[in-house]
Amino acid sequence: MQHKVIDLKDVVIRFAGDSGDGMQLTGSLFADMSAIYGNELSTFPDYPAEIRAPHGTVSGVSGFQVHVGSEGVETPGDFCDLLVAMNPAALKSNAKWCKPTAMILVDSDAFDQKGMAKAGFVTDDPFTELKVEDRALLIAPITTLTLESLKDSGLDQKAMLKCKNMFTLGVACYIYSRPLEYIYMYLEKKFAKKHPELIAPNKKALNDGYNYAANIQAIPNTYTIAPAKNKKPGTYRNITGNQATAWGLLAASEKSGLPLFCGSYPITPATAILEELAIHKSLGAKTLQAEDEIAGICTAIGASYAGNLGVTTTSGPGLSLKTEALGLAVMAELPLVVVDVQRGGPSTGLPTKTEQSDLNQALYGRNGECPMPVIAAHSPSNCFNAAFMAAKIALEHMTPVMLLSEGFLGNGSEPWLIPSMSDYPEIKPPFVKGALAEGERFHPFERDPETLVPKWAIPGQKGFEHRVGGLEKTHEGVLSTDPENHETMVRERAEKVARIARDLPKLEVLRGPEKGKLLVVGWGGTYGHLLNAVEEVGNVSYVHFDYINPLPSNTAEVFAGFEKILVCELNTGQFVGYLRAMLPQFDYLQYNKIQGQPFLVGELVDAIKKEI
Amino acid sequence: MANLTFKDFKSDQEVRWCPGCGDHAVLAALQRALPKVSQALGYEKERYVVVSGIGCSSRLPYYMDTYGFHSIHGRATAVSTGIKVANPNLTVWQACGDGDALAIGGNHFIHAIRRNIDINIILFNNQIYGLTKGQYSPTSKFGAITKTSPYGTVEHPFNPGSLVLGAKGTFFARSLDVELALNEEVMTAAALHDGCSVMEMLTNCVIFNDGAHKSISDPEVRADRTIVLRQGEKMVFGKNSDKGLVFDGRKIRAVHIGEGGYTLDDILVHDAHADNIGLQMALADMKGPDYPVALGVIRDVRDITYDDGVRDQVKEVMAKSKIHSVDELLHSGSTWEVK
Repeated sequence: MQHKVIDLKDVVIRFAGDSGDGMQLTGSLFADMSAIYGNELSTFPDYPAEIRAPHGTVSGVSGFQVHVGSEGVETPGDFCDLLVAMNPAALKSNAKWCKPTAMILVDSDAFDQKGMAKAGFVTDDPFTELKVEDRALLIAPITTLTLESLKDSGLDQKAMLKCKNMFTLGVACYIYSRPLEYIYMYLEKKFAKKHPELIAPNKKALNDGYNYAANIQAIPNTYTIAPAKNKKPGTYRNITGNQATAWGLLAASEKSGLPLFCGSYPITPATAILEELAIHKSLGAKTLQAEDEIAGICTAIGASYAGNLGVTTTSGPGLSLKTEALGLAVMAELPLVVVDVQRGGPSTGLPTKTEQSDLNQALYGRNGECPMPVIAAHSPSNCFNAAFMAAKIALEHMTPVMLLSEGFLGNGSEPWLIPSMSDYPEIKPPFVKGALAEGERFHPFERDPETLVPKWAIPGQKGFEHRVGGLEKTHEGVLSTDPENHETMVRERAEKVARIARDLPKLEVLRGPEKGKLLVVGWGGTYGHLLNAVEEVGNVSYVHFDYINPLPSNTAEVFAGFEKILVCELNTGQFVGYLRAMLPQFDYLQYNKIQGQPFLVGELVDAIKKEI
Repeated sequence: MANLTFKDFKSDQEVRWCPGCGDHAVLAALQRALPKVSQALGYEKERYVVVSGIGCSSRLPYYMDTYGFHSIHGRATAVSTGIKVANPNLTVWQACGDGDALAIGGNHFIHAIRRNIDINIILFNNQIYGLTKGQYSPTSKFGAITKTSPYGTVEHPFNPGSLVLGAKGTFFARSLDVELALNEEVMTAAALHDGCSVMEMLTNCVIFNDGAHKSISDPEVRADRTIVLRQGEKMVFGKNSDKGLVFDGRKIRAVHIGEGGYTLDDILVHDAHADNIGLQMALADMKGPDYPVALGVIRDVRDITYDDGVRDQVKEVMAKSKIHSVDELLHSGSTWEVK
């Protein structure tokens, strides 16, 4: 058989194994290496809620999908070209993600009777049982080979077995012609300080995996994926959504000149934002790991009152707990950024899976008339801009702002053309200026006639003493139960939020004609999938909402140009319900999925085609 | 610095507590204590922030002409924490009630104490929910008959002192609404304490729990049923100063001086600065009929404060780190060029 090297436009690889097998690391390394090689990429970790679920069981399978290509990579890919399955359970739960042409690499040592039984196979041929027997099967005794490779390493058996993932990564690197240097560098850096003895064995396992794949002749063809051609020149890096969120907030802190204060309680999948901010004390960020979610937001509100950029980060269940304090921030008219990295709900729901089902909670989840701006990030790197804008709106309009992210965005990563902070706008909070005249009192809720934004007097300034709080007040800051005053204040707080639309970018038709038969509508993390689907169908139009409350001011104008509007989202129809309430003059179609998983481009294509 | 007087701390808002409510006295004491504190520490008025939760006592910020934040039920301690960490130059005073701080806000309360954040918490303890019109609170006596316990409560109350000291609090003081001078004294001591100061103010609710502390506050019996503890002074009490506290090798006991072989030499000397919390805990726990209720500063020790710790760590990392701007942050770690 003649060995061929085939150039591919893109390739999807899914690494799957026991939650202790190191598949998240293997996948991220493959991704980072490809990014540095110059590919476009998108990743999607799919892991269980348990840290170490029962060994070898389907519930304990941890997966990491990486999509690498030369162009048009907007999603982690629907189905994979290579599935790496470290045990029978991993094969069982991931076989359904294999393309008809996929290659499947398994560790045959794990496919003993015990392993097969744990995964719940009823026959002794797992491939036929899963109907993937016609795929290119690469059955390799990875465990035995790794132990053999490292027999002189001086490591004990347990430590040697931990290098299995490097052996596997070596095989994948051979198949996709990836240079190993980046991984060498990574290993050297990772183990240099604490475990220098692990550097050589990991490198050896990686190398032996690569050479094994080259020698066995079971791999007829290898592939190359050329670096992306039409990429904008500049310096790039890989970034996850949670990291980008944290950095966007730091950027807003720098631009506003206000120190960042983050009060948060650990919760999946938002914790990484708090962890990231905790690192960056050199930028003046203060983080407080609170005793609960409520203290998280209340300390942030206190920090805002004292003149910091107050932030709290959470996921759905935590947002539920913060509800009353959100109302306080609305009433006290203080800036605050609340980040909700959404996960499957209700209640504890699917903590490690993605969903867009907190939108109603973000829009309406408070007592009283309690409007709050809501904005949504649309890709991992876009979390940076979204977080920056959330803080800018909060600080300039004196209001809490809800930033919706998603587990898919927070944990996912992509290459990012590093921006320059000089390209970002200034942030100018409405601070009080000068001094008051003798006998004059500061009126904390007197509003700018244009924006309806009150002034911000930070404690410590002479003469501006005033009281804020949850009780209704007059413009002067005096408690009042006067009926007319209450209605005035309720309407003014709502109008203040509505007028933010004047500062927001207009809604743009991203693909397709400005007027036509069908407009596809999305928001949040479904952006990449919808973009790919719309491009594949062709000749339909697509808009994506980053700003949800208030809606872009030209929304009705854009909608009016289309015969049909199809709203696609990962819930039962929360955004479409909101649109029906806000813009009832239009008819809306909807396409929804509530499986804790992102859309597949394929299913979106089918849904869109149905409406043409 | 302007010479501040109590008038500088009085706001133009009408005080709306019931006539005879114990809160009036606490407010007056605070308005009198702060000028003295300002004088001693060189503080300007704009430095003060008064925070509260929800309840009768939580109206206090409106009556103080300082920066003020009337927050939500139970959360005052969390708001105060955020204010102090964000801006350590501010001096934070907090007013909260027994239901507010110990029931709905119990979690924040113990964690602020554990962290030793430099805030001053006035805990108004009238053993009842007043603003909701008379339900039992976490400090209501066992068996208390209230609107939600018509047959008497069947739950044990918290003793705020043991709660604070159990959480290794660095400052705890107790006073009675009617003890005006003592209130001012403990408030001043709390202000001078660097760390989380809790002052339990035993207050009367004339409407829903009248006589809450009558058994110790009544002028007839007060001297015999309370003891005012002062640093370095003998623990003597009683109308005729003829009673005192001794340690009998196992526990403290209240004795008559000159009876049972006890002389003034046997009487304990109060040390609020002792790091060992054992005796202070026993003092905070004392109650009738066997013991007088301890008033005054029971514990006052120094330890690192959370706000200092946070600030110092930021400084330290700033000095060490190579990243001093967001641009530098964005370019840190692995990057690559596309030409």
